Parts: sequence; structure tokens; C-alpha cells
Amino acid sequence: MKYLCLVYSDEKKLHSLPESPDDAECMAYAKKLAGQGRMIAGEALQPVETAATVRVRDGKVSVTDGPFAETKEQLAGFYLAEAKDLDEAIQIAAGIPPARVGSIEVRPIRELQPG
Amino acid sequence: MTGGAAGERAVNASPEDRVREAVDAAYRNESRRVLATLIRLLGDFELAEEALHDAFAAALDRWQRDGVPANPRAWLVSAGRFRAIDRIRRRARQDRSLEKLAEEIETTTGPVQPEDDKAVPDDRLRLVFTCCHPALPADAQVALTLREVCGLTTEEIARAFLSPAPTVAQRIVRAKRKIREARIPYETPSPGDLPERLDGVLRVIYLVFNEGYSASAGDSVTRPDLSGEAIRLGRLVVELLPEPEASGLLALMLLHESRRAARTTPEGDIVLLEDQDRSLWDRGLIAEGGALVEGALRSGRIGPYTLQAAISAVHAEAPTAEETDWNQIVGLYGLLARIVPSPVVELNRAVAVAMRDGPEAGLKLVDALLARGELEDYHLAHAARADFFRRLGREQEARASYEHAIALARQGPEKRFLMRRLAELAR
Repeated sequence: MKYLCLVYSDEKKLHSLPESPDDAECMAYAKKLAGQGRMIAGEALQPVETAATVRVRDGKVSVTDGPFAETKEQLAGFYLAEAKDLDEAIQIAAGIPPARVGSIEVRPIRELQPG
Repeated sequence: MTGGAAGERAVNASPEDRVREAVDAAYRNESRRVLATLIRLLGDFELAEEALHDAFAAALDRWQRDGVPANPRAWLVSAGRFRAIDRIRRRARQDRSLEKLAEEIETTTGPVQPEDDKAVPDDRLRLVFTCCHPALPADAQVALTLREVCGLTTEEIARAFLSPAPTVAQRIVRAKRKIREARIPYETPSPGDLPERLDGVLRVIYLVFNEGYSASAGDSVTRPDLSGEAIRLGRLVVELLPEPEASGLLALMLLHESRRAARTTPEGDIVLLEDQDRSLWDRGLIAEGGALVEGALRSGRIGPYTLQAAISAVHAEAPTAEETDWNQIVGLYGLLARIVPSPVVELNRAVAVAMRDGPEAGLKLVDALLARGELEDYHLAHAARADFFRRLGREQEARASYEHAIALARQGPEKRFLMRRLAELAR
């Protein structure tokens, strides 16, 4: 089963706390998961100030700046992982280095039903 | 004459009646175990519950014809599994993908073997851990545990927690959906996760106990015996997973329960520990609780439930309030404060110190606690202060502290108790 691990963190603190992970550590973890065949995809995101929000209403596209909602913690990256159940997914999430400064939301993937 | 009539009835009991009785007995004694195993075999709560009902319906019919089986539990599990496969096959006519599921269950689980009985305790423990999974909301953990592990009906749970039945039903439905969709495993946690996950299970049990224990008298008549259910759950966990803290929690509940008859007046007013009629305490529960505490303390892995139970046991051993070993209680609260730093624990320690060294010493500690600002809104901190002032003969300050405590207290019986104390001052 696939789980999306969403990495949330206060962007201002993500890279500035003593326990903040560096890129090398994050890359090493992704590589370790890949080695176990549990990594499907994963990326880090640019800060929210680079975001654009897109909506389509009555066929008209509108674009606004910034993220959808102002929150204390921002989406900083994601891992799409393969796990046999929620406990295994939680174990994967607990190993994601920014879990030490932010939080990881674990969401099961819903398979779309064709037709 | 009466005896003859009863005997006659037994002889004349129709075979149908006797089978019905056997099915009823199997339901009472085995249904939770059968359900736990079916959930493991079928991998789905809803399907397992349907299968459980199907199995009992089949038993009524088949036991009539073939006689009551030697091992009713194994028979029920086997019948439930067959019916579930049947049900999935029937649904598969509409939804092809289900055929694979039916085959999977059929081939991976195989027919039920007698030796599967050994797996039953594990199945029940799996069920407890799944119902108390930390990914489920706390109120759902409680409702699901009472429903699936204890077999309480949704209506009974709703009445116990003074919630509308549809709210409880929805909580349970959502929890089951989450178990299925997020794939919360039906497994005992790995040894590394066990201490933390066991904490979660014990927290649910203690919550159920407290809900039953602190229910005021007026309501308790209509409530199912939640404390009793919690103690049953506690016994189940101790039996399946003899960890010191599980024993500690069971001991704590038994020792509290031993004082139930003495802790309120018939009108539902609180009677303080020091004023309780100790002849009303249940000696059997005290002996059982005391033995469990000793075992847990000997393990060397001492947790907060064990320490609270030990404190309760010291009280239980004292023939009168005056003869309480306050020195030991002060020491135990000190240990507890080190394991779980909490101002409430420190407040309790201060009260024990006051009993050992006099009210002046207690007052000093509570004032220091209040100065830290953490217990400012906690009515029992002000009630303790009021009591110290009263014992020191400082009536004005006692009065002000009681009034402060009354303003902060929320439970009816507690408010009434404090008001009584305030009225006694005037005399």
C-alpha cells in the first residue's frame, strides 16, 4: 500500500535549529528507503513565498500568490512510500530527518476508481 | 414441591431449549474470542461482525440437527469463515475484484484447525492493540474497545458517557473505516514499540475506569458498570501480557474499587479517605491489589500506575487514618514526581507532608507551587490550602481559600463538600 508522508515545518526554523537536518542527511535517508524498495518518490519544496495558488471557477482560471492557507507550519517536502500497513508507514515517517524539527503527516493513498 | 417442579422443567426442557441455551452460553463466553479470530482471518471488522452473526445463526440450526460440538469456539470460527467466503462470493457477482479476495481468504487461512486455539489469546491482544491504536482519536479508542473487546452495545456506551447514541455509532463507524482505509494493522506491536503502545492501552482502560468511578451517585444507577468493565479489561491485559505496569494499573483499580462503598454517602456526598468507615472496605480486593503491587514493585521496572497503586496500598493497610504511614507515602509521591513531573503530584506530596510534619510545612510547599502559577485555577490546590489554614486556626484565610476553591470546582458533589467544610468553619 502507498502512503504519502507530508513534511511540515516552520520554514524559518527548518534549517536553523541545532537538530536541523542538512540536505546530505535527507538524501541519505531517501537512498536508504530506495534500497529497501520502499521509496516511490520524494522531493523537497522551495519556501511558500514561491507558491502560486490556482483555481478554476466557471471555467475561468484565477491565480493568486502564496499558499492556500496561512498556517504556522508549511509543507516543506514529501515522500511517497510503499509500506505494508500504517505501522510500517509510521516507522518510515519517524526516520525522515525533519521529523526532529517539524512534523510528518502520514496519509494513505486512495486508488482512483476508473468508471 | 418447588424442587420437584424445577426438576420436572429440566427433564421436560425440549431439545430446542437446550440447544438454545448452549448457543446463548457460547455467545456470552466465546463471542469476543471468536470475533477476534475472525478479524484476523478475514482482515476486516465489518466482515468479521457479519460472519460472527452468521455463525451463531447457523449454530442454532446445525447444533439442533448434529448436536452441540465438542469445541463450540472452533466450530463457530470455522462456520464464520465459511459464511464470510460465501458472502464475498455472492457480492463478487456484482464486483469481479472480490473474487480474488474470497480466494485469498480461502487459500491463505485454510480450514480452521484445533491447534488454532493457541492463537486465540494473541487474537484478543491484537484486537486490544488495534482498538487502542494512537492514530485513532482518543474517544474513538474508548468506544471501539468497549464495543469490540467488551461487547457493550452502542446504546450502553452512549449511556455510560452521556453522549447521544448516533454520535457514538458514528465514532465507531469512522474508526472502523480508518482502520480499513489507512490499514491500521491487526497486530501486537513490535517489542521496540510495545512500551509506548501498552501505555496507550492502559490509558484507555484507566479512562474507562475513572468514568465509572467518579460518576456521581445520581447518575451511577443508570450507568453500566464501567469500572467493572475496566477491571475486566485490566485482567485480560495482565493475563495476556504480564508487564509490571499492566499489573500496577489493575492493582490501582482494584484498590480504588475496594473503597467504593465507603467513599460516598447514600445521598452521593463525598466522604474523605480519613473519614471513611474502613470496615466497609472490600478486603478481598485489597488483598488482590496488594499482591499485584508487590509483584510489580519487585520487577524493578516501576512506572506511574504501580507507584499510585503502592500509595493506595499504604492507605489500605492502615487500620485507622491516624496510623497511616505518611513517611512512606511522602517517599512514594517523591518517586512519582520524578517519573512524571506534574504539579498535581507535587500537590499530593505536599498534603502528605502536612500529615507527616504538620500543616505549616504543607502550606509552605503549596504556596511555592502556586507561586509558580501552574495550579492557580486548580480547585484542589485552594482546598488543600484552606484545610491547612483551618488546622492552623487561621479562620479568615481558610474561609477565603474555601470560597476560591468552590468558585473553581465543577463537579456537584465536590462543590457540596467544600461548602460543607466552609459552613463548619462558622460554628
